[in-house]
Amino acid sequence: MSDTACACSTDNWEYVRNMSREVLGEEICAFIDQCCGEPQPESQLIAVLHRVQAKYGYLNAAHLDAVAQLLQVPAAKVSGVASFYHFFRLQPRGKHMIHVCLGTACYVKGADRIAQRVMSELGITWGETTKDGLFSLEAARCVGTCGLAPVVVIDGEIHGEVNADQVPVILGKYLKKAKA
Amino acid sequence: MLKKKISLTIDSAPIQVPEGTTIMDACEQLGISIPRLCYHPDLSLQGSCRVCVVEVKGMGFYMTSCSQKVWEGMEVQTNSPDIRQARRDIVELLLDNHPKDCQTCERDGNCELQNLAYAMGVRARHFEGRRKEMPIELSSHSVVRDGQKCVLCGRCVRVCGEIQGVHNLSQQGRGFETYVAPAHGANMDDSVCIQCGQCINVCPTAAFMEKRSAGSVWEAIADPEIHVVVQTAPSIRAAIGEGFGLPAGTPCTGKMVTALRRLGFDAVFDTDFGADLTIIEEAHEFLARLKEGPLPMITSCSPGWINFMEKFYPELIPHASTCRSPMGMLSALIKTYYARKKGIDPKKIYVVAVMPCVAKKYEAHRPEHYIELGAESGEQGAASGEQGVKVPLTDAVLTTRELIWMIKCYGINFNMLPDGEFDAPLGLASGAGDIFGTTGGVMEATLRAAAELVTGKPADRLEFTEVRAVEGLREVYVAIGEHNIRVGVANGLENAKTLLDKVKANKDSFHVIEVMACPGGCIGGGGQPYPEAGFRVLDPALLRKRAGALYAIDSGKKLRKSYDNPAIGEVYDQFLLEPGSEVAHQLLHTSYSPKLPRGIR
Repeated sequence: MSDTACACSTDNWEYVRNMSREVLGEEICAFIDQCCGEPQPESQLIAVLHRVQAKYGYLNAAHLDAVAQLLQVPAAKVSGVASFYHFFRLQPRGKHMIHVCLGTACYVKGADRIAQRVMSELGITWGETTKDGLFSLEAARCVGTCGLAPVVVIDGEIHGEVNADQVPVILGKYLKKAKA
Repeated sequence: MLKKKISLTIDSAPIQVPEGTTIMDACEQLGISIPRLCYHPDLSLQGSCRVCVVEVKGMGFYMTSCSQKVWEGMEVQTNSPDIRQARRDIVELLLDNHPKDCQTCERDGNCELQNLAYAMGVRARHFEGRRKEMPIELSSHSVVRDGQKCVLCGRCVRVCGEIQGVHNLSQQGRGFETYVAPAHGANMDDSVCIQCGQCINVCPTAAFMEKRSAGSVWEAIADPEIHVVVQTAPSIRAAIGEGFGLPAGTPCTGKMVTALRRLGFDAVFDTDFGADLTIIEEAHEFLARLKEGPLPMITSCSPGWINFMEKFYPELIPHASTCRSPMGMLSALIKTYYARKKGIDPKKIYVVAVMPCVAKKYEAHRPEHYIELGAESGEQGAASGEQGVKVPLTDAVLTTRELIWMIKCYGINFNMLPDGEFDAPLGLASGAGDIFGTTGGVMEATLRAAAELVTGKPADRLEFTEVRAVEGLREVYVAIGEHNIRVGVANGLENAKTLLDKVKANKDSFHVIEVMACPGGCIGGGGQPYPEAGFRVLDPALLRKRAGALYAIDSGKKLRKSYDNPAIGEVYDQFLLEPGSEVAHQLLHTSYSPKLPRGIR
């Protein structure tokens, strides 16, 4: 396509393409190339975003722009999809992942108060990461330990029968570890 | 093939319509207009606002008439106490998180949501829900985005993608936090926005508006030290009457000129003069390109198109004519030629351009559209030691809508005004300048000039109706002398892509291509009046009426070819010397550069 009649000195496609490939890395670019070889590559958008998140832990604007360019899907749409689905994180994941269970059993036992306490202690809300990069907060929908409700899961470790006042104590353990 | 006929009843009246007709369209045929918000006949269906619901017998829920197709034996009820209540509830829920600032809102009086609330009988606000809280986004020179007023109808998203092929807008986030914005919720200026303003045109509320410039214009007019000059684009005269209740397509050149004088402008010039000048320079450039390339030459009058080219097709930049837009050319002459002629310090001249376009506001701010005073000849600037001072060619750009508002604000009874005449010398224009405002106009004006240039004989015809791309896209051959010129004309950028992709693929060997960013050309620009009753936004019938006004003005003129304009001859004799001269290049031509982010086409 490059040998057109026009003088191509004003064409920035190679530059944009190379920048985009650099942002995403070889492996993901290979997958995108494979998608582009098949009909309707845009239908693979979510699959591509999954891979980017698996590699980098989250999706930032540069990742999304690069996906848009290489998959030739408008950036507004890519960012619309990424910000719509709960699964996609637009911020880097913290060192410690906090899941507050909002399943029925936990909820009736006061999970919302626990969540509120976590938010006020850390100054973040759902899906966000603390400025020091230590904690991220996500909601969980039942982890199957309803007998221990309400439940907070941190890095896979289950804290059962938690009450709001215990939240700072539990978080304190991780903070202490980080300082040590 | 004839479509199967479907029989149904609407409000007990039997009707037969072709298979595939929607309930809404069937109702129209019976003279029933179903209220609507997100629906637009030229855009894809969304069916999200739910305002157009009707009752269908046997269905346990209300159906959206815009998207539901009729079936045999269907019994539709468009009006019942229940359905009216349902529609009113839906509108009330939309209002629920909408600001209560109708009196101070710019859309007051022509807001579709407001009209709908009135028509549905909303007389009190029963619900007091959570408000959307987001700052008004003012970064752009052209388009202001106020997410608090957005009802998520998605018309802007669809016009941006489907008509303009830009896809800059999308719904971001989810649930109550959903908002319409460019990728990453970025500012309009940091996005692939081309500033065409069609989002403003289709927005039912004031979620998208032009950046206002009236304030600084009032200020300049009130300053006795400043010589305020106004120029009006061709398409303003064809649309301004709509703002004062005149039927669409009423030519209003004379009244418009008088109104501008009464507003206090010191001189009223015609952008058509700039258009005539563009034709001369462009024809000259075209002849040079015929010898040396690159061909095709693509017109450069539409600033939305220029923005699109820089972001989406930067590789085609060498094909774009280097001519400034008519606005830019005329402004450049006002601050040099006219200033000198009148003996006015160009720093004391304030140039206002009334444009059908919001992208022109952006164009006026481009660094390429600033000039160094005195640089074009050295003498004036050198004498007063002002070299190095850069001033904008155009100080402020008003949309047609803003000018209508200013005239109303001033208390001028537009319809009673006597006809006025543009001021000399930059107000005299040929009919070729007038038709710049509609699709194919630049091409037709160019062909009028080229026919004589190429053959050396007076043109045997003046009208080239075959290049009037009313349907959005034309590819034709036009015989000029012994040449057979391959011509492309497109309006609406999704249409333009067809031609641009051919140029890229080196197909069809076009000689010259006209691209206008907006549907129908400037008459359908992002700064034109909201349609009056009986028309819809982007309505081809409305665009035809406006175009009709321009063609009527053109055919009513004795002077119809740019080369015959004596005022143009005078400017070349006294100042520019000849087309493509060094002075002409400095003042009348410009350059473009690729811009990021790059758009996905």
